[in-house]
Amino acid sequence: MKLYFKYVRLLLKSQTQYKASFALLLFSQFLYPFVSFAGIYLLFERFGNIHGWTMFEVFVSYAVIVMSFAVAECFSRGFDQFSNMIRTGLFDRVLVRPRGTVVQVLGSGFDIKRLSPFLFSVVVLILAIVFGDIQWTFVRAVMLFNMIVGGTVIFSGIYMLQATVSFWTIDGLEFANIFTHGIRQHAIYPLDIFPRGITIFLTFIIPFGTITYFPLQYLLGRIDGMGWLYAFMPLAGALFIVPCILAWRFGVRKYTSAGS
Amino acid sequence: MKPYISLFRVRLLNGLQYRAAAFGGLATQFFWGLMLVFIFAAFYGEDGYSNGFSFSDLVTYIWLQQAFLAFIFLYDWDNELLEMITTGGISYELCRPVNLYQVWYVKLFSKRLASGLLRFSPTVLIGLLLPYPYNLSLPHSPLAFLLFIVTLFLALTLLVAIAMLIYISIFKTMHPGGSIMIFGVIGEFFSGLTIPIPLMPLWLQNVTLYLPFRYTADLPLRVYSGHIGTQEALMGIAMQIFWITILVTVGALIMKRITRLSVVQGG
Amino acid sequence: MISFQDINMTYKVAKRQQGLRAALKSIVKRDYTYVEALKNVSFSIEEGEIIGYIGPNGAGKSTTIKILSGILVPTSGDCSVFGKRPWDNRIAHVKNIGVVFGQRTQLMWDIPVIDSFELLRDIYRVQTADYKKNLDELVEIFSLSEFINTPVRQLSLGQRMRCEIAASLLHSPRILFLDEPTIGLDAVSKVAVRNFIKRINKENDVTVMLTTHDMGDIDALTDRVMLIGKGQILYNGSFEQMKSKYTNIDEQSRTIEEIIAEVYEDFSI
Repeated sequence: MKLYFKYVRLLLKSQTQYKASFALLLFSQFLYPFVSFAGIYLLFERFGNIHGWTMFEVFVSYAVIVMSFAVAECFSRGFDQFSNMIRTGLFDRVLVRPRGTVVQVLGSGFDIKRLSPFLFSVVVLILAIVFGDIQWTFVRAVMLFNMIVGGTVIFSGIYMLQATVSFWTIDGLEFANIFTHGIRQHAIYPLDIFPRGITIFLTFIIPFGTITYFPLQYLLGRIDGMGWLYAFMPLAGALFIVPCILAWRFGVRKYTSAGS
Repeated sequence: MKPYISLFRVRLLNGLQYRAAAFGGLATQFFWGLMLVFIFAAFYGEDGYSNGFSFSDLVTYIWLQQAFLAFIFLYDWDNELLEMITTGGISYELCRPVNLYQVWYVKLFSKRLASGLLRFSPTVLIGLLLPYPYNLSLPHSPLAFLLFIVTLFLALTLLVAIAMLIYISIFKTMHPGGSIMIFGVIGEFFSGLTIPIPLMPLWLQNVTLYLPFRYTADLPLRVYSGHIGTQEALMGIAMQIFWITILVTVGALIMKRITRLSVVQGG
Repeated sequence: MISFQDINMTYKVAKRQQGLRAALKSIVKRDYTYVEALKNVSFSIEEGEIIGYIGPNGAGKSTTIKILSGILVPTSGDCSVFGKRPWDNRIAHVKNIGVVFGQRTQLMWDIPVIDSFELLRDIYRVQTADYKKNLDELVEIFSLSEFINTPVRQLSLGQRMRCEIAASLLHSPRILFLDEPTIGLDAVSKVAVRNFIKRINKENDVTVMLTTHDMGDIDALTDRVMLIGKGQILYNGSFEQMKSKYTNIDEQSRTIEEIIAEVYEDFSI
């Protein structure tokens, strides 16, 4: 952990070297969430609601997903760009060092700029809290926090799987965008608008349902029940990371036996 | 003409080599389209109609958009070119006895053309075979189909002209990240790829009329379904040609100035 | 101390064909070929030696180094470094080795060299006192003091290579693998880097194995050369002997490069 923060400190130092372009990048990073958010806003202006969910309800879901995505992208950038490490042979360097591969790959790519969508979605969340009508309780606050944590872990797991695939092929990784950008973009809407297959996939295979749809319904007062159960559901979903880490280890072993 | 054809052939072959990449891209296009279709189905609800833009028009719009992404989506950058610009490898290019603008233009154009031609048919095919109302409809009429082909081709021509201006701006600033992101996002929104232009409020629709972006995507996609009629389509073609002329001229001029400058300064 | 016994390494590689038809076909079905990067390779290295490992590109040099440094597990055969198999416990093994990949940097581009050094200290968990001692020594040996606070991007190639090698020695490894350490350097820097390598070999008792295409490196540094071609060790012995075998009395003036080219030709590699 200490080592990881050392990496982060140094990467921050290098990323802020060119001040003007850094500011420009930060701004442009802000622009993307803003425009895609504007798109969502305009759709609600046009249609009013989606499957009975109001705009502010979807905003909560939006904020949770975009925040977790931003944090995951910021910290797991190394896994996102891992195919570069394979292509350039830099992964060999990771292997000649006496540390775990995960911490070194994570440490290779911390990217602070990716946090600007996070700041943006904080604003969206505040809007949703102020203008929506959630009955805040302690359980619900804990729940919201867990949702963001769980989402971050799941997104990081997907990046890790994507990186694992590059041990076999570095072409076709575009496919992984379905699960990263695709989920960020589309899973903000209530899951029941999708056919059963997709809903099941997003509950049991990549357990996004556990961090948004199910707890959200409790958060928004759409269902009653054991609050604490829903509050800790996102953390159960975060167990998704376990098979991801196992897959990663398998990939590393494959790399060392066939190489390139 | 011959070098351009052979350049195109190389791009096509190159694209074919990466089968995993092709499958990956196809799957992404298809799933992305499917998700959008479901989301819009939920927004449209029972009515199936909004502001004269029917759900069926919209679904067709989405499938075409996914199928022809390479022709209409600005945010697809040529890393080779970017690297050449930012690392100074460009000075080699400057030594060659060619018109730099033309060469780059043709490179980008053929790359997109090759990748579009390789990728569109599976998405179109699956789109056509999907059950109603989630399917890609047939073109409104033979004439609409013809106009679609023409506007789509001009859209690609225009898109590359816009992309060229962005590359040229990077040539000036040397920082690709910023301009690419900003132009990419703005272009995507005003070409109707964030949400279709007919679903925007009127004032925004009016804004799009004065920008080149809608002629790179919105126009061909709606001409196909007949949502844009023949007369408006012909007007659109005129606008496309207008923008292409202006942007290519401006781009070529700036490029000429830059290359002359950097030759004087010794690169 | 290092031994390599009957090592085989086979890769599976997808065939790429020419022409549109073949490209279309390869979408459906892809043919594979098997490449034998190493064929029954055996050798041993004693502590304190400087070994030159030479051979044309693609002969198997980097595969060998990757196996020795625990990155790759061979298809068959056995290897032992300090009595242990490198790939059995990667983390324990790599603490004892330093690796410099010539054309890739391990230093962070935009920040001062010293910051990268401190990161390496943390990665290798070097004790503060040891780190300070090693750092002072390396700064002295490699004369780094003038540019240790300069961002890497502002260093010359020669300065950077000195920093690279120093960086791989911060954790006092017992073996150093150098992959083309003098590539791209000017004559002065080359000589300097060679002297540094000699010094750390003598003073710190570090065993060095270096791959190179620069025969000046071999001449100046090594006690012994191993020539590899097409995955097999073709020559293993002193460089002087190899030279005399290929130099006639009336041809004393032949350059090392010419001799090596003839050796390659002789073995048809």
